[in-house]
Amino acid sequence: MTAMGDVKRRRIDELAARAGAVPEGEGGVSLTRSAFRRLRRDPVAIIGAVIVITFLVVAAFAPFLAPRDPLAQTLLSEIRPGNIPGAREGFPLGVDNLGRDILSRLIWGSRQSLMIGVVSTVLGVVVGMAFGVLAGAFGGWVDTVVMRFIDIVLSIPSLLMAISISVLLGQNQYALMIAIAVTQVPIFARLLRGSMLAQRNSDYALAAQALGVKKSRIVFGHVLPNSLSPVIVQATLSLATAIIEAAALSFLGLGDPDLARPEWGAMLANAQAFLSIRPELAVYPALCIIVVALGFTLLGESLREALDPKFRR
Amino acid sequence: MLRFIVRRLLQLIPILLGLSVLLFAWLRALPGGPAQAALGERATPEDIARYNELFGLDEPLVVQYLRFLGRAVRLDFGTSARTGRSVTTEFFERMPGTIELTLFAMVFAIGLGIPLGYLAARRHGSWVDSTSVIASLLGVAIPVFFLAYLLRLGFAVELGWLPGSGRQDVRMNATRITNFYVLDGLLTREWDAAWDAVKHLLLPAIALGTIPLAIIVRITRASVLDVVNEDYVRTANAKGLATATVRRRHIIRNALLPVSTTIGLQTGLLLSGAVLTESVFAFGGVGSAIYEAIGARDFAVLQGFILILAVVYVLVNLLVDISYGLLDPRVRVR
Repeated sequence: MTAMGDVKRRRIDELAARAGAVPEGEGGVSLTRSAFRRLRRDPVAIIGAVIVITFLVVAAFAPFLAPRDPLAQTLLSEIRPGNIPGAREGFPLGVDNLGRDILSRLIWGSRQSLMIGVVSTVLGVVVGMAFGVLAGAFGGWVDTVVMRFIDIVLSIPSLLMAISISVLLGQNQYALMIAIAVTQVPIFARLLRGSMLAQRNSDYALAAQALGVKKSRIVFGHVLPNSLSPVIVQATLSLATAIIEAAALSFLGLGDPDLARPEWGAMLANAQAFLSIRPELAVYPALCIIVVALGFTLLGESLREALDPKFRR
Repeated sequence: MLRFIVRRLLQLIPILLGLSVLLFAWLRALPGGPAQAALGERATPEDIARYNELFGLDEPLVVQYLRFLGRAVRLDFGTSARTGRSVTTEFFERMPGTIELTLFAMVFAIGLGIPLGYLAARRHGSWVDSTSVIASLLGVAIPVFFLAYLLRLGFAVELGWLPGSGRQDVRMNATRITNFYVLDGLLTREWDAAWDAVKHLLLPAIALGTIPLAIIVRITRASVLDVVNEDYVRTANAKGLATATVRRRHIIRNALLPVSTTIGLQTGLLLSGAVLTESVFAFGGVGSAIYEAIGARDFAVLQGFILILAVVYVLVNLLVDISYGLLDPRVRVR
């Protein structure tokens, strides 16, 4: 390989190289445990975790928390072009242009939005890791072929990639998830491959090899578990990106067309038409997206610091 | 250095070929295939059959691919189903707008981002630092199109300070030379036309520049903090250099290396289609063309634009790589 590949690729590789480096002065404490210990002391991590957990709880208990049916149309007599009723008794955040309670829609929407984020990220991680393990475990020509393919996918800007996939697969929630997942695959593949390559030549892997341990056991039992920390960090950060990207695709008209499923991105896209009458309709779902994205980002950044031996004290 | 550039150029070939295969496959995989794409959604089955025969779409895939490649090399991507004009012509009409927008957005992001990031690092742990960290996290978390809508609503619709859509007031009736509206205004000495184009650029540039701004602040801050603790900075201080000299010659110069790559990468990303921002402001660049093409299911435009933009993106990344080699001799060694 050349000493300097593409800068973007190198950035991912740098992250990978730091993975699982042996920490100093913390003998006897596992990486996971010492990372967890530091996370608990980090106020940023706590804020992030509280945000994320709150939204997960809201999503899980949406049927009990939502005051109304998110699809029921009410107050229709008051809705005219140029007038949408605002907040009032029983409707703490008002209703949308079809008379549906905003608060209930936000609560139900957290389910759909978080699900799109989680499913697409998990999909991206799993497929990306499969490619990464393939390249990192075999090396040689398999590595070259896989990484060339990944480089090609990485050379299409992610939003354009997501647009092309959505257009291809048609409009439904699965297409949306796949489109976002595809943009994440190359990142995880490169990350895991780089981090596995760094681990493959480590002392313990060589020791295992010298003892005659089977290759598959070395890869799956030793190298892979030790290469995972940058993947975990990136996955947390990717959750934020995935939720924002889903909103962007909804805005471009490539979202889930099923209006029966409230979703923040679609709510935001829909509210744009009524922005001059009632800007809150856009502000509420946007705030939800921003806060959740911020929560995942804070959590991811503090995870990065907790898992990175460079920041250990 | 020359060898390095040549080698990177050679590495481009498989990537560009792969790209072309992907986009060829994409158009083939669309429901209805290329005939539908070219003729639009209302084409009858007879039309499609005639088109397939006319353009050899009943031939083996390899032949078709080679033909597609041959046309792509000559920048021939067919005609838009919506306007009936050549995709390439449309692209080159639209691209100057996007380039202008990217330049303005990057000037905004760099001009604000580097000083802010530097200040945050200098006052590490102060309120300036925490504010800039929080702001940069927020900048990435806000959906771009929502920010664009807020800016448009606030400054264009409510306050009326700046225009909220388009690239220039149509009543300007300005002379066109290059399709870079600001540049055209300057070249023809139509100062008011140039100024009007600048005013149209401000709001979209701020919306578009937020993400790069947030990233530049973060990278600058992190990188200055890294450099400040380097041995050579301590040495420079110890040998009694003036603080200002140490800052200028040792800290800033080294700290800006990673920032310069970030700037390059972000520029590439913005150039490759500010689809969201442009469509909010109906800006008339490449991004809003893609938005319109999605709405009209104009596949020829989508295919051509995405392919050209991906090539632009790859080329900008290559330039970033090369300039990094020029800026930092260490990466050239091997």
